[in-house]
Amino acid sequence: MFDYQFFIEVLVGGLLSGVMYSLVAIGFVLIYKTSGVLNFAQGAMLLFAALTFVSLVERGVPFWLAIAATLAIMVVLGVSVERAVLRPLVNQSPMTLFMATLGLSYVIEGAAQLLWGTQVHGLDLGINDVPFEVGGVLISQFDLFAAAIAGALVTAFALFFRYTRTGLAFRAVADDQFAALAVGLRLSRVWAAVWTAAGIVALVAGLLWGARLGVQFSLSLVVLKALPVLVLGGFDSVAGAIVGGVLISAIEKLAEVYVGPLFGGGIEAWAAYVVALGFLLVRPSGLFGQKLVERV
Amino acid sequence: MTASAQSTVWGRLGLAALLIVAYGVIPFVGSNYLLDAVLTPFLALALAALGLNLLTGYAGQVSLGSAAFLAVGAYAAYNFNLRLHELPFLASLVAAGLVAAAVGIVFGLPSLRLRGFYLAVSTLAAQFFVQWALTKFGWFSNNNSSGVIDAPPLAVAGFTFSGAVGRYVFSLTVVVVATLFAVRLLRTQVGRNFIALRDHEVAAKVIGVPLLRTKLLAFGVSSFLIGVAGVLWAFAYLRTVEPAGFNLDRSFEILFIIIIGGLASVRGAFVGAAFIVVFPLLLSRLGAALLGSTFDSGVLEMSQRIVIGALIIGFLIAEPRGLIALVDRGTDKVRRRLRRPDPVPVQS
Repeated sequence: MFDYQFFIEVLVGGLLSGVMYSLVAIGFVLIYKTSGVLNFAQGAMLLFAALTFVSLVERGVPFWLAIAATLAIMVVLGVSVERAVLRPLVNQSPMTLFMATLGLSYVIEGAAQLLWGTQVHGLDLGINDVPFEVGGVLISQFDLFAAAIAGALVTAFALFFRYTRTGLAFRAVADDQFAALAVGLRLSRVWAAVWTAAGIVALVAGLLWGARLGVQFSLSLVVLKALPVLVLGGFDSVAGAIVGGVLISAIEKLAEVYVGPLFGGGIEAWAAYVVALGFLLVRPSGLFGQKLVERV
Repeated sequence: MTASAQSTVWGRLGLAALLIVAYGVIPFVGSNYLLDAVLTPFLALALAALGLNLLTGYAGQVSLGSAAFLAVGAYAAYNFNLRLHELPFLASLVAAGLVAAAVGIVFGLPSLRLRGFYLAVSTLAAQFFVQWALTKFGWFSNNNSSGVIDAPPLAVAGFTFSGAVGRYVFSLTVVVVATLFAVRLLRTQVGRNFIALRDHEVAAKVIGVPLLRTKLLAFGVSSFLIGVAGVLWAFAYLRTVEPAGFNLDRSFEILFIIIIGGLASVRGAFVGAAFIVVFPLLLSRLGAALLGSTFDSGVLEMSQRIVIGALIIGFLIAEPRGLIALVDRGTDKVRRRLRRPDPVPVQS
């Protein structure tokens, strides 16, 4: 007899924890949309932000001050990445830029751990993770909190994109880099702003993931969880990142529970990739991605 | 003699000199440490990088799953050797390469629909799937609980390559033969198709390059070479391997070799591999000399990451053609000096 109660519980758990994936993926989308760079260093930035925050708190810095200080550091990081990596590589192929971010992720990971050490830090955001019951289905409080944060973040970004001049510049650059340059937008400034925004997303995602897993090196590996999400949702769509994250996570959990036993378990590592791949074969630009037209 | 013919002659002479040193001098004067910890891993990594370079540098398909094909090669050779006793070792080496090629073609299938980042991400599927399968199914490692395999002796036609020197000479020979094969392949129509595919896929299709066959061939040949490199890595260098050794970091390492050494260059793979092998050794010596005891293994690992990452960015910005371009410029200068002792510029 199929246990619907259990099925729904797994499904809801998967859907909710998918928000955590979406949070990571949004950082990618921001940068990809405006500069066409798949930023592999997003995971490293996440680790860097979380590690900096935790280390500051452990050294007795008050919570909000630590947040402010980490934010400031992420801004500096974003601006210097633009200055040191993106600006010299302007007009290079997307693949070159991707490899540069691969190098960047090594630099940031190394620097983060050289600065703050390699031990595992606990991170308590003051939310106790006691599940509660809705109609016989257990729901994690922490996941709900994460979903609320993600929702707030997405709303903030949407408003920002819609109603500020910088947001308008973001959209212009995302739409057409050359046209944006031609009307006098400073590409370098926009990119610095975008990387800063991605840094902020990394901080938020880093805190939530850090509270869940502990702040340690493996935090930068959540980037690997975000990639299938991006593939499914399309690299250039915030909506895609959210829907993709939720879908991937739900599929992953369901697959682990229902398909995993057939293979002896542990399929979480690649199930998401296979699903994303299978989907891509049908729709090569993802759920919400823009279709590319290529000319000779 | 034209300039290009002359440089070919110089290149051949250089290659001959290198081979003479590699076969005639190093086995006799090299210490066990040099052979075992530097040269043998260098050869294996160089071959793997050459394989990836065919796929990424020449055919333009970025792969982040090279370590998976190393693992497939290593475990396939182990199983051929274990289960088919009458199969000579060389045959299982080639067969392992073929198995890796088959797996490579399967994971290359998405390349028919996907390109760029989407393809790069899909190659990660190979990485995670292979590592998982090798750990999960005991059959691959003859039911070792953690998937560890021990290498059999390298016996060819009744002769066993043992000791540091034997393993080095064996690896060297395999790498030389495989490299010759790759170089020949690149000069044929297939090699040119790879480049056409990389430079502009649609244009290549228009002029009649069979995309499907070329892409799958690129994945197949690349994985074949990487698989053979995996056999060397597992049997000649480490001799005891586990699936965890073929992780994503290893894939990145091979990608970094070709970026640092030079994309779309056979020699670049070798120069890059030499750099990746020697650089950590130099860094640890340097760090220990400068900082003393504060430079422990943790600090070493982190500073290594930082420097490698910075180098990648630096090369992409300053010399996208990699170390090999620097080497070429250097030898050009020396050659010009040799030919013309009197540095008066001649108008041409």
